Amino acid sequence: MNIFGIRGGAKVSGRKELTAETPVEKLPMPRLLHVPLQQHVGSPAVPIVSVGSRVKKGQLIAESKGAVSAPVHAPTSGFVTRIGNHLAPHPSGLPVLTLSMEPDGRDEWCKLPEPLELETASPKEIAERVSEAGVVGMGGAAFPSAVKLSMGDKYDLDSLILNGAECEPYLTCDDRLMRERADETIIGTRYMMKALGVSKAYIAIEDNKPASFKSMQVAAGENSGIEVVYVPARYPMGSSAHLVQAITGRETPASGRTADLGVIVNNVATAFAVYEACKLGRPLISRIVTLSGEAVKRPANYEVLVGTPASDLMKQSGGLIEEPKQLLMGGPMMGQPLPNLDIPIVKGTSGILALRGTEIPEQNIMPCIGCGSCVTVCPAGLLPMEMMNRLDHEDVDGADEIGLRDCISCGSCNYVCPSHIPLVQFFNYGKGRLKEQDTDKARHVKIKVLTEAREKRLEKRAP
Amino acid sequence: MINAIPEMSGPYVRKEKSVTRTMTLVMLALVPATAYGLYLYGWPAIILFTIAITSALLFEILSLLIAKKPVVRFASDGSAMLTAWLLAISLPPWAPWWVAVLGSAIAIVIGKHVFGGLGQNVFNPAMVGRVVLLLSFPLEMTAFVNPIPLFSADAPTFLQGVQIVFGGMSIDAYTGATVLDSVKVAVGHGGVVQDGIAGQRNLGSWLAGNNAGSMAEGADVLLLLGGILLIFTRVIRWFIPVSTLLSLAAVATVFNWVDPATYPDASIHLFTGSAVLGAFFIATDPVTSPTSPKGQLFFGASLGALIYVIRTWAQYPEGMSFAILLMNAVTPLINRYMRPRIFGRTNKGDPLGLSRQ
Repeated sequence: MNIFGIRGGAKVSGRKELTAETPVEKLPMPRLLHVPLQQHVGSPAVPIVSVGSRVKKGQLIAESKGAVSAPVHAPTSGFVTRIGNHLAPHPSGLPVLTLSMEPDGRDEWCKLPEPLELETASPKEIAERVSEAGVVGMGGAAFPSAVKLSMGDKYDLDSLILNGAECEPYLTCDDRLMRERADETIIGTRYMMKALGVSKAYIAIEDNKPASFKSMQVAAGENSGIEVVYVPARYPMGSSAHLVQAITGRETPASGRTADLGVIVNNVATAFAVYEACKLGRPLISRIVTLSGEAVKRPANYEVLVGTPASDLMKQSGGLIEEPKQLLMGGPMMGQPLPNLDIPIVKGTSGILALRGTEIPEQNIMPCIGCGSCVTVCPAGLLPMEMMNRLDHEDVDGADEIGLRDCISCGSCNYVCPSHIPLVQFFNYGKGRLKEQDTDKARHVKIKVLTEAREKRLEKRAP
Repeated sequence: MINAIPEMSGPYVRKEKSVTRTMTLVMLALVPATAYGLYLYGWPAIILFTIAITSALLFEILSLLIAKKPVVRFASDGSAMLTAWLLAISLPPWAPWWVAVLGSAIAIVIGKHVFGGLGQNVFNPAMVGRVVLLLSFPLEMTAFVNPIPLFSADAPTFLQGVQIVFGGMSIDAYTGATVLDSVKVAVGHGGVVQDGIAGQRNLGSWLAGNNAGSMAEGADVLLLLGGILLIFTRVIRWFIPVSTLLSLAAVATVFNWVDPATYPDASIHLFTGSAVLGAFFIATDPVTSPTSPKGQLFFGASLGALIYVIRTWAQYPEGMSFAILLMNAVTPLINRYMRPRIFGRTNKGDPLGLSRQ
């Protein structure tokens, strides 16, 4: 298939060989599970069980609340020991409401809903099932999938793209999934296509994963409307707007989303979760996680229950070889630093990395020499050095003028900068400031509206 | 300020690139042409080159000390050495020692550190040094000599070299004019281009650099080789060198077609002066040239035309350094107006419409 070019992008060293050939392993049952009630974008789920109650595997323990939210289910059978704040895998380091439970070791399923048949289920039923199963985007964004799968109502859609690019270095969880669970993923894809009302689906895989490509192609079969396509291994290929451009040639407008162009992008692991929800009636309670980095004794891929402390994975891998220079959740390009390994694995956790000093070379920050490497690689077509200059002088509006809001924080500029300037750091700071300004502005507008309304009321009341 | 930010922030993988690597690669690319130039002009050139580099490093360290910047980190970045290198190879090869020292001082102190050091200067430091020298000491800066390769019969010995550089020996017996110079003189005296070229051999020898000129601007073949290495290693992009040379060639060809007696053809413009050196190694200085591809193309095209204008209608037979400084001055403006199109937006910055192919 003809692939369209994307702008910029960096060739990053994959370092996937650490785990690419290790099949997914099961983890022994953790002693304690800490299941955060907000693992997704949107409103947190509300607990419906109390401390001391016995729950079964797959039982609903917290309901979704609001239009954009997702429910949470018990990852195994056991007793609820505590509902309270616990360290969460979030860059703020702030704790979130978390349900802790002690597994009883029986791993006993609750009564699961009847499977949905692909042929007879309506799009609405599929979306509802996905919503009930608490499925969220598993590529990292953790956007409730049911909301996405219902977009067929509002948008004129024509295709679904499954993101199996996995452009972040080190991570191989999607690669392993596509190799080991290709049939299930393809069935999940069919459910998604039906929910969206599209007849065409593409499974996009970076050309450094031939084994995945083969197994997915075999599973997809011919004339199924599902096409497995190679995309160049070029970071950030997995960005949804760029994936859509590479495959359909359509460029997502700055103000819009890919759905405006008729395309919905989902992660391959999400398709697998949709398969489990629809075909088996199982909620999303586990996922594949890559544990990698040279500081790990035995890097591996694990099937992990949601709520499992990251330290359990490390223990299973024989622990650390040495004190890591950096602990990360997610990939090294856009992943978040972790303070320690006490944080629980959540639905959106693709990897836990422990990197040695040799993997992140010490680099002195030098002045910008204007080499333009950042301009060449920027997939958003921005001038990173110029935005950095303006932000360095606290000129947030100036940076906004030249496209700060269009920055996707992918880190490509930072990756190639010969002066090792922490560009993304600047941009994330700038975006934070912009958000603050926007909130302020919105508040002022609201205050103005309310004040005017009040004055009108008073005027009316006055004789 | 940048330096106050902790060094560990994402991304947590980095490309093995550094300012030092960039500077080193540029110098590596200059080695063949420089070595050949030093061979052609012998001991005086070797001594002059060494003086320029050494003094530039000293001025760099001095400036860093005064500015209270980390001396080791900055002095070892290779930028001062590269500046001095570019300055030295564009000097008359047998110029006196103080020309090199003064040039280095102007380039490093005034051209670079007065603006705030690495990355902050508006003008190419080496060209600032060269132009100030050219305006202040026109005699010394235009005293070119014909090549007398090292170890050839008439070549100065090491001792004579020392005497030439430090002022104990006249070089009058060796002097020669550059092709551009003699053409300009010939045309200026009512003659034709051919009168100027007469005796100055042909394209082959121009490409090899076997005629009077600056220390290492002559060997265009070797300079091209270095330039291609830089493009290949992605230290520079092709936009500036190609647009500069194309534009210079185009303008020269048009005028030459109109009046071949007065206006020399493109080959003379491209290969007898410092056009190739300037286009690949000096105009591409990242600090003082535009960043976007569009901007670089515009920069190069204007530069090429400007070189021609200065060479043809101004006082000087060579216009490279003046043209580069003038284009450096408008680089901030080019950067402001020639930005790449943002993803999802039109050239004007409005969001794209919804189109499906």
